Amino acid sequence: MSTDRTVSGADPIGRLRKDDAEPEAPTNPGLKAVGGVAGWLDDRTGAAKPVGYLMKKVFPDHWSFMLGEVAMYSMIICLLSGTFLTFWFVPSAGQVVYDGSYLPLRGITMSEAFRSTVDISFDIRGGLLIRQIHHWAALMFIVALSVHMLRVFFTGAFRKPREINWVIGTILSMLALIEGFAGYSLPDDLLSGTGLRAAEGFMRSVPVLGSYLSFALFDGPFPGEAIIPRLFSIHVLLLPAILVGLFTAHIGLVFVHKHTQFPGPGRTNDNVVGFPVMPVYAAKAGGFFFIVFGVISLISGLVTINPIWAYGPYDPSPVTAGSQPDWYMGFADGALRLLPGWLEFTAFGFTFSFNVMIGAILLIPAMYGLMGAYPFLEKWVTGDNREHHLLDRPRNNPTRTGLGVAALTWYGILLFASGNDLMAIKLHLSINDLTNIFRLGIFVFPPLAFWVTKRICLSLQRKDRDLVLHGRETGRIVRTADGKFFEQHEPLDEFTRWNLVQHDRHDVLTLEAGTDQHGVVSPTARKEKARSALSRFYFTDSINPVTPGELAAAHHDGQGHEAIEAAPSSESRPALESSRREPPKRP
Amino acid sequence: MSEHDTPHGEVVGTSDGHGNGHSDGHSDGYGSTAVRLDQGHVEGSGGLPERFANPGLPPHVPRMSDLDEKGAKRAEKQVAALFGLSSLATVLFIVAYFAIDPEQSGYIPGIGNASLYNVALGVTMALALLGCGVGAVHWAKTLMPDTESVEERHPQRAKDEDRQRVVSELMGGGERAQLGRRPLIKFSLAGALALPPLAILLPLVGGLGPMPKDTLSTTMWKKGDRLVRDPERTPIRADQVTIGSVFHVLPESIKDSEHVLEDKAKAAVLLMRLNPDDIKPQKERDWGHEGIVAYSKICTHVGCPVGLYEQQTHHLLCPCHQSTFDVTQDCKVIFGPAHRPLPQLKITVDSQGYLIADAPFREAVGPSFWERGSA
Repeated sequence: MSTDRTVSGADPIGRLRKDDAEPEAPTNPGLKAVGGVAGWLDDRTGAAKPVGYLMKKVFPDHWSFMLGEVAMYSMIICLLSGTFLTFWFVPSAGQVVYDGSYLPLRGITMSEAFRSTVDISFDIRGGLLIRQIHHWAALMFIVALSVHMLRVFFTGAFRKPREINWVIGTILSMLALIEGFAGYSLPDDLLSGTGLRAAEGFMRSVPVLGSYLSFALFDGPFPGEAIIPRLFSIHVLLLPAILVGLFTAHIGLVFVHKHTQFPGPGRTNDNVVGFPVMPVYAAKAGGFFFIVFGVISLISGLVTINPIWAYGPYDPSPVTAGSQPDWYMGFADGALRLLPGWLEFTAFGFTFSFNVMIGAILLIPAMYGLMGAYPFLEKWVTGDNREHHLLDRPRNNPTRTGLGVAALTWYGILLFASGNDLMAIKLHLSINDLTNIFRLGIFVFPPLAFWVTKRICLSLQRKDRDLVLHGRETGRIVRTADGKFFEQHEPLDEFTRWNLVQHDRHDVLTLEAGTDQHGVVSPTARKEKARSALSRFYFTDSINPVTPGELAAAHHDGQGHEAIEAAPSSESRPALESSRREPPKRP
Repeated sequence: MSEHDTPHGEVVGTSDGHGNGHSDGHSDGYGSTAVRLDQGHVEGSGGLPERFANPGLPPHVPRMSDLDEKGAKRAEKQVAALFGLSSLATVLFIVAYFAIDPEQSGYIPGIGNASLYNVALGVTMALALLGCGVGAVHWAKTLMPDTESVEERHPQRAKDEDRQRVVSELMGGGERAQLGRRPLIKFSLAGALALPPLAILLPLVGGLGPMPKDTLSTTMWKKGDRLVRDPERTPIRADQVTIGSVFHVLPESIKDSEHVLEDKAKAAVLLMRLNPDDIKPQKERDWGHEGIVAYSKICTHVGCPVGLYEQQTHHLLCPCHQSTFDVTQDCKVIFGPAHRPLPQLKITVDSQGYLIADAPFREAVGPSFWERGSA
């Protein structure tokens, strides 16, 4: 292509910029073809620069980073399979008589929504598989995003500069619950209709507005004919649009921030160590999409989910025992089972139905509100304004890890409480006893979990210190000439050791004087006091990483088992007293 | 450096096992002159750094396929086999789609009876996808470069001059638009931006649904309405109701209803016959007929049908959240999250001996709502 170019440079492409060099003709025919298409595109979009940058972008490797990927892929699978379903699903509560191919339901009056779902399951070839893929992928989506959130929480990946992304993630997670609930309510079967029946009861519990809310959403008395088409619109249009939009922002911020990485030799707060998109991550992440899709299809081929034909169409009068929502709504259902009836009362002629409202209306926003606020709370407590791109090992922040496990325990109790009837049946227990145990447990177990987790973290940290200071037990017993036995310990190599000593020290924030030099009380004194108390709660018994000095001391005289305790700093302070001493003031 | 004289596991400095001072020094470079800091032998840090230094990336360990062309060839074959399996599975999927009868079911060990069509489609689809995915990942892990790259990070914040420029552009823009100098525009603009969404919101909110009025407080039961079985809709004679039996009941007028589900959702009733001596409150006995009592089936918690009747204990249990009502005590809540008893329907018999409602429900049935008490 350069042979027919004139020296005067009339070629408009080659001479857009003065310093552009003559393009070299590619030698390889494949390269030529790719270059040709890419060149054509770049001439029109200028995409070469960003695409080239993206292809070289480095992603760190860790299995836990794939949890978010699973969530992303499950969402895409939901979008694909859901589009398929919309071709046959009829979002209408209009009543029809079934005469399709599923014999047990012939002649039964049902809604068009239910009939079309049965038709998808029995009369559309492959329809049942796609329906099950859609449902399993939705469950997988919420499992994966929840575990992804746990990973982010326990490793402190929500810290600056990623707080916005954490908040976006919490909103995504909450919307995913609502999206899921809207989705499984659409077939208008007996189980999901009972769920909607309960949802209508939830809405009524809102003070003043309750019955108006219910009538607005259902267009009149329950069940009405409006709820199915309205939920359909919410499920296939409104919420997916918001989910995809927020997800795009979420992933965009991951690109902007560059992915966090676990600490390790060579990994610092100022770099990313990993594999470039081309070719490694393209193959791994692309392949992983197929793996996730494959696993979901395998489950959907083998395991029935939501057999609506067995439940039958919705009817407000019958009900089945063991009515449970999908798992992600379980905790709210569990809360409703545990809340005692005396929370409902009448005052001034009006009914306050807190036994319903706390679990059904307030719980989800309160829970997600707390989650979204956590990074800001922790930042306030630590006063740490640095950017963090290296993840915490959960043990190195025992209080945060403890709080996380306590919250998880609390969630778990609510989730288990939503299965109290099944547990009572399977385990031959009294449902009343079970419920009362859960009611008590909701107050007892989370603090207990906090304490146990924190102690485990501290012990693991001590173990880390012990390993660094005294090396690895080799299992080789040596007898000395004078008959003493001892086990040989091998010091860690510097790469292994780095993993155990890389983290930052945590110091308690000390209280500034509450008054200035004239004795005037500082206007922020109370706030600072709370902050200092919280800081003590977080870090008062924190264990700090081994310093070179401590290691040297341990080597020096071989009696250093005391040195397992942290020294307050590498200044000459007795290590054992460190926790009793006034901690150093933060600069 | 690796020997030791106590069971506590201290690393000692020398090979004499008594640990008095010097390390053999080939692993960490510290310790030959340093002394314990926590025993106050010396002041200061002994010239040691505050923290360990990052040792940098560990040496790269080559894979089998990097060292040996045979290993690489093997990996190549494995990847190709997985990709081949994927294509084969897609072909099988197409064959299964056409060849298997969708209504055919069969026994699959470990799973039970299943639709063979669904299983065949699901498994072949899974193989097609997994072959492709596992192949790509295996390729990346065995043959693609596994040396890690390092990319620098830069602080997230923009440079100070960039931040300054944005601020001054923003302020300057406002100034050039005379925003500050023309308060009339500023305040009227705020209104013009804030209010128009109401023009969309109002029709949306206004059109969503009707006012509830007294709909939540009334049911279709009225005096003289016969009790009919659900779903057969046949009337019930008092002598057909034996002690211990339970009937799912609707009002006879449901047959004329234009909104069957909506009316049913409020009017569903459970009819039970107890030994009249078991019934404790006089009111319950009065509102029933010779031990036959009728109660709303709609749970006062969130409205599930209270479907489970325990004949022996006369307890009604809601399967949704396990509220338990005692029929011998006017359906008082004896356990669970509900607060109010199930409302009782006053019944009697007509001249032909059929059970009829003697009065509408005296109170709203179903879950609580704010203005419930005033209705």
